[in-house]
Amino acid sequence: MVFMELHKLTIKQASERLQKTQDISSVELTESCLGQIEELNPKLNAVLSVLKDEAMRAAEESDKQYAISHKRRSPLDGVPIVVKDNMMIKGTITTAGSKILENFKATYDATVVSKLEKAGAVIIGKTNMDEFAMGSSTENSAFGPTKNPHDIERVPGGSSGGSAAAVAADMCMAALGSDTGGSIRQPASLCGVVGFKPTYGVVSRYGLLAMASSLDQIGPITKSVEDTEILYNIIKGYDPKDSTSKSNYDIKNNAAALRIEDRKLKIGIPKEYFGEGLDGGVRKVIEEAIEKLKKIGAEVKEISLPNQKYALATYYIIMPVEVASNLARYDGIKYGYSEIRNPKSETRNLIEVYTKTRSVAFGKEAKRRIMLGTYTSSAGYVDQYYNKAQKVRALIKKDFDEAFKQVDFIVGPVSPTVAFKFGEKTDNPLTMYLSDIYTIAVNLAGLPAISVPAGFSGSNPKKPIPGMGSNRLGLPVGLHIIGPQFSDHQILNLAKKLEGARNGLQGERVS
Amino acid sequence: MAKITKSDVEHVAQLARIEISEKEKEEFTQELSAILDYVSELESAPTEGIEQISQISGLENVVREDKIEPSFDRDLMLENAPDKKDWFIKVKKIFE
Repeated sequence: MVFMELHKLTIKQASERLQKTQDISSVELTESCLGQIEELNPKLNAVLSVLKDEAMRAAEESDKQYAISHKRRSPLDGVPIVVKDNMMIKGTITTAGSKILENFKATYDATVVSKLEKAGAVIIGKTNMDEFAMGSSTENSAFGPTKNPHDIERVPGGSSGGSAAAVAADMCMAALGSDTGGSIRQPASLCGVVGFKPTYGVVSRYGLLAMASSLDQIGPITKSVEDTEILYNIIKGYDPKDSTSKSNYDIKNNAAALRIEDRKLKIGIPKEYFGEGLDGGVRKVIEEAIEKLKKIGAEVKEISLPNQKYALATYYIIMPVEVASNLARYDGIKYGYSEIRNPKSETRNLIEVYTKTRSVAFGKEAKRRIMLGTYTSSAGYVDQYYNKAQKVRALIKKDFDEAFKQVDFIVGPVSPTVAFKFGEKTDNPLTMYLSDIYTIAVNLAGLPAISVPAGFSGSNPKKPIPGMGSNRLGLPVGLHIIGPQFSDHQILNLAKKLEGARNGLQGERVS
Repeated sequence: MAKITKSDVEHVAQLARIEISEKEKEEFTQELSAILDYVSELESAPTEGIEQISQISGLENVVREDKIEPSFDRDLMLENAPDKKDWFIKVKKIFE
């Protein structure tokens, strides 16, 4: 067997070879992924810390256990995974892409990490991201941007850009990301991989460094929909340590109550997702994908989400208010960067430690959002901005509730453009924010949604990594499938059908 | 909607416990004005009679049993503190 290509496997394939044909070991698989990281990370900067020793130990342990028991703990047992650097792994550095946590050693495991470890997964690295998950390109990382493996002159999307790039470049079998306004789905779309944001409350956020707590959700980024399902099944479930976590009873019963699979699928196409600002090439790929949906038997109809036009504005009031509150904990006192330790600093009292620490160690976008959130929730403005936005959030949710009375799923583009060039959107914050115009409403309504590779568009990549995208036109485009709350499995089933129907067409991920 | 002024920015920076330079004051005044301008489109949203929501999980008053359980290891938690003495985190004086 050719071992050097093992890193290209999906979870499903790796798991079959580890557990059925038994022609590879977890150590071989892990070494192959670590080798790929060593070779490509200097170019891509997708992984911030490589957990080489920990990973090799976990892989050896996995192989040893298997030799004794002949049982693997799950389909993930012995499979190398990377985790976004805003999820804590006890004893390892967790930065969230921020200078303020440059040397922060996590003091406990995130629930998703405990679940991965219990399933036998081998965590091989922590991935790059926009500072505290605030951005759509990873250009806001304090540790330099990640490059898109399809074209290293372009962004991988964000904020989970490191995770998406690592999966696309075969540095691992799969990754975890987090999604507050599109941070799993947009980079998955731009890197040509699968990215899934589960229903809010289905995956525990315990141990995820909070950005905007009413919107944040952890989810998988993988090479296939099947792999997303495997990873999702392992990380989901009630967690008493997260008070927004849904009970397993609720998750199961609400999903069953949808009865989506008992009838002919109805798909809604919101006209609001195909208006001004959508790139023509992206539109074409999405329209082709909609034709494929018809071919697999779905009934497609146009729908309207009249308040969708307010989603971005609503998000840019609610999210910064939550950010300002969540990031208040970084004050240079308890952990993280502190001006107390700066020998040149002249902090005289407590408040100066706060203000100087935060001024030095937060990046521009973090400061911008903290300032914005502080303003829109401050006395005199809270009614005009924050309270109003919370009412519009209710309207946006109502739009979806109405739509899901008529259709089972909503389909459209994930992002208005393909991967853009570095610096293209950094001058004006609003231009960058528009990258998430189609993904944000999903978080406001707490819905599950997936980005599946649908095709390619735009100009030829100038500098792909070796073996990526040769003899092919354009850059990846993702199709967005949105479902009602708790339709997670039904979304994955539809995405699998679509993946099957593609059958080696250009949408197929090419390694 | 009222545009944000430089003195608003100074006030907000103080509330947010961030020290900003003169240059940043100018930049934030411009950038925040542009963003506030954009979000002011919410004024036209038809929210009459709509209740505001702060979350979408539908969960309310999540409580747990008042039972003592092992918590975090003190020494491990203190390892990250920038300044400490014995079992305490040390801070600078609060009053002049």
